[in-house]
Amino acid sequence: MNDTPSVAIDPVKNTASAPPKPIAEFWSYFKENRGALTGLYVFIAICLMAIFADFVAPHAPNQQYREFFLVPPFWQDGGSLQFLLGTDAVGRDIFSRLVYGARYSLIIGVIVVVLSLTLGIALGLIAAFFRGVTEISIMRMMDIMLALPSLLLAVVIVAILGPGLFNAMLAISIVYLPHLVRLTRAAAINELSKDYVTASRVSGAGPMRLMVISVLPNCMAPLIVQATLSFSSAILDAAALGFLGMGAQPPTPEWGTMLAEAREFVLRAWWVVTFPGIAILVTVLALNLLGDGLRDALDPKLKRQ
Amino acid sequence: MKRTLIGAGVVMSLALSPMAFAAKTLVYCSEGSPEGFNPSLYTAGTTFDASSKSIYNRLVEFDRGTTNVVPGLAETWSVSDDGLEYTFNLRKGVKFQTTENFTPSRDFNADDVIYSFMRQFDKENPYHNVSGGSYEYFNGMSMPDLLKDVVKVDDYTVKFVLNRPEAPMIANLGMDFASILSAEYADKMLAAGTPENVDLNPVGTGPFQLVSYQKDAVIRYKAHPDYWAGKAQIDNLIFAITQDPSVRYQKLKAGECQIMPYPNPADIEAMKADADVNLLEQEGLNVGYLAYNTKMPPFDNAKVRKALNMAINKQAIIEGVFQGAGKVAKNPIPPTIWSYNEATVDDPYDPEAAKKMLDEAGVSGLKTKIWAMPVQRPYNPNARRMAELIQADWAAVGVEAEIVSYEWGEYLKRSKDEDRDGAVLLGWTGDNGDPDNFLAVLLGCDGVGGSNRAQWCYQPFEDLIQKAKVVSDHAERTKLYEQAQLVFKEQAPWATIAHSVVYMPVRKEVVDYRIDPFGGHIFYGVDLK
Amino acid sequence: MLRFFLTRVALVIPTFVGITLLTFAMIRLVPGDPIELLAGERGVTPERHAELRASYGFDKPVLEQYWIYVNNILHGDLGNSIVTRQPVVNEFFTLFPATVELSICAMLFAVFIGLPVGVLAAVRRGSVFDHTVMGAALTGYSMPIFWWGLLLIIFFSGILGWTPVSGRISLLYFFEPVTGFMLIDSLLSGEDGAFTSAVSHLILPTIVLGTIPLAVIARQTRSAMLEVLGEDYVRTARAKGLAPRRVIGVHALRNALIPVITVIGLQVGVLFAGAVLTETIFSWPGIGKWLIDSISRRDYPSVQGGILLIATTVILVNLAVDLVYGLINPRIRYRR
Repeated sequence: MNDTPSVAIDPVKNTASAPPKPIAEFWSYFKENRGALTGLYVFIAICLMAIFADFVAPHAPNQQYREFFLVPPFWQDGGSLQFLLGTDAVGRDIFSRLVYGARYSLIIGVIVVVLSLTLGIALGLIAAFFRGVTEISIMRMMDIMLALPSLLLAVVIVAILGPGLFNAMLAISIVYLPHLVRLTRAAAINELSKDYVTASRVSGAGPMRLMVISVLPNCMAPLIVQATLSFSSAILDAAALGFLGMGAQPPTPEWGTMLAEAREFVLRAWWVVTFPGIAILVTVLALNLLGDGLRDALDPKLKRQ
Repeated sequence: MKRTLIGAGVVMSLALSPMAFAAKTLVYCSEGSPEGFNPSLYTAGTTFDASSKSIYNRLVEFDRGTTNVVPGLAETWSVSDDGLEYTFNLRKGVKFQTTENFTPSRDFNADDVIYSFMRQFDKENPYHNVSGGSYEYFNGMSMPDLLKDVVKVDDYTVKFVLNRPEAPMIANLGMDFASILSAEYADKMLAAGTPENVDLNPVGTGPFQLVSYQKDAVIRYKAHPDYWAGKAQIDNLIFAITQDPSVRYQKLKAGECQIMPYPNPADIEAMKADADVNLLEQEGLNVGYLAYNTKMPPFDNAKVRKALNMAINKQAIIEGVFQGAGKVAKNPIPPTIWSYNEATVDDPYDPEAAKKMLDEAGVSGLKTKIWAMPVQRPYNPNARRMAELIQADWAAVGVEAEIVSYEWGEYLKRSKDEDRDGAVLLGWTGDNGDPDNFLAVLLGCDGVGGSNRAQWCYQPFEDLIQKAKVVSDHAERTKLYEQAQLVFKEQAPWATIAHSVVYMPVRKEVVDYRIDPFGGHIFYGVDLK
Repeated sequence: MLRFFLTRVALVIPTFVGITLLTFAMIRLVPGDPIELLAGERGVTPERHAELRASYGFDKPVLEQYWIYVNNILHGDLGNSIVTRQPVVNEFFTLFPATVELSICAMLFAVFIGLPVGVLAAVRRGSVFDHTVMGAALTGYSMPIFWWGLLLIIFFSGILGWTPVSGRISLLYFFEPVTGFMLIDSLLSGEDGAFTSAVSHLILPTIVLGTIPLAVIARQTRSAMLEVLGEDYVRTARAKGLAPRRVIGVHALRNALIPVITVIGLQVGVLFAGAVLTETIFSWPGIGKWLIDSISRRDYPSVQGGILLIATTVILVNLAVDLVYGLINPRIRYRR
């Protein structure tokens, strides 16, 4: 399929007129974008909440208050300020669980991005450098994985590894590989034909050096954008796996797992169902706004307009 | 029939559409798709609801809502003095259902009985290997070892010859796998080269006949017009397959169905308050237990087992795990089974005494495992939570337990190991209402390394249940089983935890639905207001 | 052109072989024993267990099992489900139409709303409309659809009572499936109200499944339009004084459609993944739910066959999109 990365940047054009101050230039574009800024602020807030969960959350996430089963949020009849967003079926404070849940979601995002990025870049570079059989077998493998719907593939992988948070993260990382591999390979092949690569090859740089020091930094921009996007999809997919009972296991306060547990209360206690979903939506939305902003700021084509 | 145009917005009112006036239609929101329509091939209750309970009959049946055996396709029966020969006199004038691809030319007779059993029993039978050919219930009830032959005496008399006496035999013949299929239909399909049709498009003598089935969506039946016990009061029976329990309740509330099984424990309160719904409840024919490995020290010491039992707060489990929908178990059989011993005294919850008993047994710093199964079962809605509670209770008496779990198939397999480490949470749902079906299967010496998860072989107990198996006098059997329960309690190979309570939400317009103690769902005899 | 066509088709074959290998291997890596699972607490004797294993062919060497598997596939036989003992192919194709019907409706919903909205947003770039639409699209794109489905059920079925809770059609309508597509069958049946009932059952699942493709298509259309509107030929057309409607409709849209079609093709895989969740929430009798159930029951032949058939569908759709793309855009044919 057509996989010329739409977000590839051209370093030559980038530095044509102004002296190169990439970070300052990037920031000046980025801060123009109000949506992206909002996304950034929300994301920082969520990070802070996750880091300082012990201070933010009024209760421990798994503390069961046996006298307070399914208490509604504070503004509803029967609710109290003791439990801001109410309690779940076994008397746990939903707000506190959401706060701690942010940790899991962020960890999921980070681990999935790191894992899939490392593996994806490695495979993509290898495919780009060692053409022939190596490339064909890697790329065929990726085609095969692309033919399977991602969630389904993740479910099968989790079935093999056994349900659990880490296995879910691993499964999602594997599922994300094909896009990253293709992206890296395309960008690297593009770079390899450039003069500076030929120059450094002529001056005797080994393949490892060429790969990591010369080529990789110049294909990073599209990968960074892809990484922020996979950060948000990882949170969504992990929640979906949790919802199907294949992700984090109860009583872990992971948002998708909370939703799965809350499903039986759909009609009886709207708050147990609504709030974890809002938490997922807000986090993912903030990350996507951020990702959009990054792409616009890094993409020279849009800059010109 | 006059129908007004119905807009998308008012679909709910369809529940009262003209068809409902024309004929009585009962809609049951079932919990899943049946595996198929021949009950002898499968083992799931969902399958039995859709096949044996509605389409078929057996030689003997269980009186609706009880575990008592009553005549079915056999009007009377007699047992020879040595307990080896069972002779059944069959009912006359019983009609098979007429379906799209079969019109019966004769009434039910001995050939049908012979066919139904020989298909499962005789490996040479032309039907034995049709549709995968595995008869797990028939095997599970040890029929291949037990049966010597099934003989046609005349057109309306059949004799079962056994290899050894087996008191629960009659009750076994009331089980789903013993449903009677039509031999005439089978012969016809075999001649046509489509034997699998017998299992796909069932023909039975039962109160309802299959009209159509769409996997994961709907099963439709209509009343069998010539049913031998009288045509059912409802004309159409529909199973609306709905896996999610909250969705089932939604549909029940909206009147899209009238009966639903397996409600969410969370919805019970709301159902009790719902003016349109009657919430029926009954204790289930099951027991949830924690089985020690009585072959491994220190659990080979009855005193240690007893002490650990006394450390468990069962009342907290009933509230925390069953949300109140359960009852503390003191015997290994549920109270709905005959011979349940009321006199048994349960181990009291007494951590102090437990600690002392452990000290006396010379056990200190004990480390063990609690196995928690990964799935929800009727006798244990949340094994993980139950294990956590027991873990905390044991910690209070100085026993450190680690909770382990495996994938369900793996769990069942590994828990059978005789050198298994730790105590296993498991349970059992009765098949035929006979105490033998609990005590011999779960605690008999034959079951060690298999269904006896406690690996417990205790001669005094074994003698009692073996004797009860061959005696045919009911009063004597009762006495033997009552005694066996006392021996069990004294030896404590298990901690008996709970019997669950079965809830059935039924809409107000449903008349005379009765909960089946075996966990089935039976719609003959039910009417609609 | 023929050459392009043949290379594309030839490329599919190794992928297909790879998929048979992958499904075969994956299934054998999954822990758990279907025989134990079926037997439950009752258990089976070791002898019986061995007998059953042999009857499913699990006792043969793995290579031989693979050979038998591939050989059977070539004869159109994907084995029998362990649970129902019915051929997997039959099970799949009785449920497949439900999934296809839902997916097509979701895709139509996404395209018919996404395209015009995207075009309008591009034309009125920077307006309030543009911002609202793009905000909504990004929200839709970020939506956990399983939660979205629950919310819609609470609101439209629970509180308002407008739509049915689950299923494909009211149980009161009864006709034998002809095509398997409920919308068509309900029309063919000639029963009054059947079609309306089928439509009302489709509304919520369609919205839920269509949300993410809708968001993607709206965004993609907008950015493709923006790009095209900036091109010289469009500016020229404008400068010549052509009516804006004509410029946008004829010149810009046609060129903007090319990348949009690719995106639509790519959404097929996304739809299948979404179908797993949507079908679970709405008890929709399709293959997504069936596969998840089969995985949890360790019904190996069903999982193996189901994944193979889904992958084949995705490959074929992608191939079709590729070929169509080649027809529209001749330059592609010579791309490597």
